[in-house]
Amino acid sequence: MTAAPLPGSAGRYRTARRARAVGLNGFALIIALVTLFPIFWMISTAFKPSQEIYSLTPSLLPTHPTLHNFSQVMSGQASGIGSVWLFFRNSLSVTLATVLIASLLSLLASVAVARFRFRLRASFLIMLLIVQMIPGQALIVALFLDFNRIGLLQNLGGLVIVYAAQALPVSIWMLRNFVATVPKELEEAAAIDGASAPKIFWRILFPLVMPGLVATSIFSFITAYNEFIVALTFLGQAHSEYTLPIYVTYFFNRGGAQWGPIMAASTLYTIPVLIFFMIVRRRLVGGLVAGAVKG
Amino acid sequence: MADTVQGRRSGRPALRPPGQRHSGQRPAGPRAANQSAQARAAAFIRRHKIAPYLLLAPALAGIALVLLWPLVQVVLYSFQNLGLPQLTGAAPTQWAGLSNFSTTFADPEFWLSLRNTVLFAVVVVPLTLVLGTLVGLLLNRLGRKMAAFVSAAALLAWATPPTAGAVLFYWMFNPDGGLVDWALSKMPHWLVGSTNWAQYNWTTTGAVQAYTVVTLLVLWTSFPFIAVTVLAGLKTVPAELYEAARIDGATPWRALRRVTFPLLKPIFLVLLLLSVIWDFNVFNQTYLITGFPGNQNEYNLSLYIYDKAFGFPPSYGLGGALALIFTAILLVVTVGYVRSSVRQGALT
Repeated sequence: MTAAPLPGSAGRYRTARRARAVGLNGFALIIALVTLFPIFWMISTAFKPSQEIYSLTPSLLPTHPTLHNFSQVMSGQASGIGSVWLFFRNSLSVTLATVLIASLLSLLASVAVARFRFRLRASFLIMLLIVQMIPGQALIVALFLDFNRIGLLQNLGGLVIVYAAQALPVSIWMLRNFVATVPKELEEAAAIDGASAPKIFWRILFPLVMPGLVATSIFSFITAYNEFIVALTFLGQAHSEYTLPIYVTYFFNRGGAQWGPIMAASTLYTIPVLIFFMIVRRRLVGGLVAGAVKG
Repeated sequence: MADTVQGRRSGRPALRPPGQRHSGQRPAGPRAANQSAQARAAAFIRRHKIAPYLLLAPALAGIALVLLWPLVQVVLYSFQNLGLPQLTGAAPTQWAGLSNFSTTFADPEFWLSLRNTVLFAVVVVPLTLVLGTLVGLLLNRLGRKMAAFVSAAALLAWATPPTAGAVLFYWMFNPDGGLVDWALSKMPHWLVGSTNWAQYNWTTTGAVQAYTVVTLLVLWTSFPFIAVTVLAGLKTVPAELYEAARIDGATPWRALRRVTFPLLKPIFLVLLLLSVIWDFNVFNQTYLITGFPGNQNEYNLSLYIYDKAFGFPPSYGLGGALALIFTAILLVVTVGYVRSSVRQGALT
């Protein structure tokens, strides 16, 4: 009446456990599929001919898959401002330049912060925490007027300067933890063996903080590749300088509901990041969590 | 022997390897007392004072020029009548006192956009935290393959560029051929209400509808980060604690509440503050979903600032005043963030 008879209880316990495992896995599967669905839908739409896109009963997969949307995007016909490859190149060069500059500057600064005790060190760290919170939309007015004055508005170089500076606070904050974990004894031993300071830096410190540099590079990469408000404001009508997000936005705002080509452009914008992220996944999670949990 | 070699090498005025700072702490040999050691020590100290500043200088210059100086300028602009005529030199820039602020506070659109911003954060922050935590807890319980699959899916959502995500959600919620309206129109009325969902316009009907789309979009992109961070926190909780709780007869829910949450409290605090800041700052998604410059009733604070600063006619003074108000609001949250970081020993 009250409880299961003793002999059967182990079996029942096992059944209950299995039921729970099935439930848990089913729940997990639903979450994963719902999460993946928008990306799937974007890619699926990109391969659909327009009569299928606007069909009254949408189908999950394209019944007559076509590359027409992609060819329209690549020829520049659909957007009217140029081939997607032009904007891809713009985005890529801005992103790579940002990653390089931000990595170098933040590595130098994080060595200073992690290896030296100096006056204003704590103030500097607190300043980093505060400036990383200042939103782009608060500074955009001043940045716009400044860069207008120095003539770097409709210019990819101007974007690199802003992005690199924006990536610095978080990069320094993350990287200093990695520098701090490199044992000082290694550097001391190298110095005793007669290695010069630059040599110690490149041969010992640099390889050891490489995982940290990968993590911060990913962060600068996201900052630059996704950045919207500064590019939107700076680039204005300079179509040939557009980065991918501004190109997609322009395309989107042009109207005419060209959802096939727009989804093709979005797919081409998104897929490289997704591939990149799957490759660096392991490091990414560790680095980001270290950054987030520690500050 | 080692001492001599080091002495000879470090006598050069090259930039010192930072790691050698502590070499003074090592037991001093007999030679440490002689003249050259003193000279070296002096050079040591001198170099120590500049070395960190030299290393810091380039980064500091970048941050100062692109992040700090503009902030100072924004403060100055907020007290000026800076607009297009002043920019082109057609009219002089004048100090305007507090007029930018009084104009702002007198504008009902400002209060509406502030309300939208706050309400959005109040809804989205708990939703993101709860969903992210649940997925984090789930990931911790799953087998390795399933956990890898779910976290890969979450990573992909998180990695999708916000612009692509916003355009994509706009398309899914589009009245003409969008998937959501089609799905809702096929569902029974008892489930989805009697609204005519076919060709339902989510983005221009009103702020509630538009922000429903933005909420789902932001939830989709931001829960993975929470989940992964919570998971990392869960991994640090020693298994013995759960075992002890179980032996003491604690139910799983009780163990979660009494063991897991207290231990993860610092992580939750940081995640809460970060989420508040992120959801206050949402610009990209609202810009695209509301079709800026579309319906003013759908502005959040970011869009309102952008409209005032760069709309027609552009008023950089007004934009500056608004940016200042916005930063002040965020600063309150940031102070909380900094304090919790410092308390966790982040500065050491």
